[in-house]
Amino acid sequence: MITRRSFCKKSLLIAGGLAVPLAALELFDPRKLLAEKDEKGPRWVFLVDTRKCVGCGFCVKGCKVENEVPYDANVTRTWVERYVVTKDGKTHIDSPKGARDGFPEKGIDIGHGKLEEIRDDDIEKAFFVPKLCNQCDNPPCVQVCPVGATYQTADGVVLIDRKWCIGCGYCIMGCPYGVRFFHPVYHVAEKCNFCYHRITKGMQTACVDSCAFGARRVGNLRDPEDPVTKVIMTERVNVLKEEYGTKPQVFYLGLSKEVK
Amino acid sequence: MKSHVWRPLFVALLVIALVLVARKLLVPADFGIGARGYMYGWHRAGNEQQWKEVTVKYKTAQHCMQCHRDKYDEMKESPHRNINCENCHGPALNHPDDPHTLTIDRSRELCARCHTRLPYPGSNRGVMKGIDPKTHNVGLDCVTCHWPHDPRKEGHKR
Repeated sequence: MITRRSFCKKSLLIAGGLAVPLAALELFDPRKLLAEKDEKGPRWVFLVDTRKCVGCGFCVKGCKVENEVPYDANVTRTWVERYVVTKDGKTHIDSPKGARDGFPEKGIDIGHGKLEEIRDDDIEKAFFVPKLCNQCDNPPCVQVCPVGATYQTADGVVLIDRKWCIGCGYCIMGCPYGVRFFHPVYHVAEKCNFCYHRITKGMQTACVDSCAFGARRVGNLRDPEDPVTKVIMTERVNVLKEEYGTKPQVFYLGLSKEVK
Repeated sequence: MKSHVWRPLFVALLVIALVLVARKLLVPADFGIGARGYMYGWHRAGNEQQWKEVTVKYKTAQHCMQCHRDKYDEMKESPHRNINCENCHGPALNHPDDPHTLTIDRSRELCARCHTRLPYPGSNRGVMKGIDPKTHNVGLDCVTCHWPHDPRKEGHKR
């Protein structure tokens, strides 16, 4: 026979037991704790101001030369897109040769060597958007690599091991931003790495150095005094394709809804 | 116990041993879980150093300034002050040792990157001084009339 007293005691015990979250039962991982404590190094991030970009394409040229991406191959680690929104509500987008030579033609490149001319009076708004690797906090390209050839460093940059890459192309398909491509010489995956050889020496990336308009900046998110960090923390910045949950670390000022 | 019971076990142990030996020989010693854990960290640690060792080609205006102080100062006073020397002069690499002289890009296309008139509202491009390269002194280099280090001055006639 169950007494009222023991019934009440047991129900309270069960209710209390159910309330304990699973996380409370998890054992501490000392290595994880140490890693979190030791996060003193940089976390590289990027800031793009689309209002300042004039589409000169010096960043693309500088990047290709600095990072030995074959100059005439139609692949590039960074590129600039032109958005022309006309008064009829249409958005015209192009990026001839990734804007390696800027935008030498006024007409919009619609492929096959054809240009679509747009009258000046029809333009509602038009702007340029530089794109590069977002060095995501949750990089889908790294998750899909079957051999551990692409990985994220402690400072947040996603790198590719050219010796280890088997060229399967999963990462190129996995990147929602389309920043990865096959290197025409090494036949492995290739992407922007924030000029890892420059930022780790205290320099700026090649694209930042070649931008005369201050449209591109690289910074360290773990340094609260970094001017780029201050902008990201206090101004209205946006990221690309937030809904994918990749946590991209390239922040944009002046982004418009037409930009995907 | 009968040996036919043990034999498959020996075969299985042999296979495991072979896999372990092959793994030891083929996988580099520094391959493992890096700073970002199982999900994002698997890699060959030595590769990080390989990326850090890539040659720096663009040495920035601070590097040019060490010898070309006069040009640097002229640029800093001009409306073109934010343009890096190497945008037009090419990457410094190991100049002046190698290459001894840099190849200067004096083409119209270089200037047209910024100064082709594009009437874009909402972008800084719309307020930049621009021309139509198809009608503006076709066939002449821009530097004939405009001095690139300081566009307020006259260019070098040659």
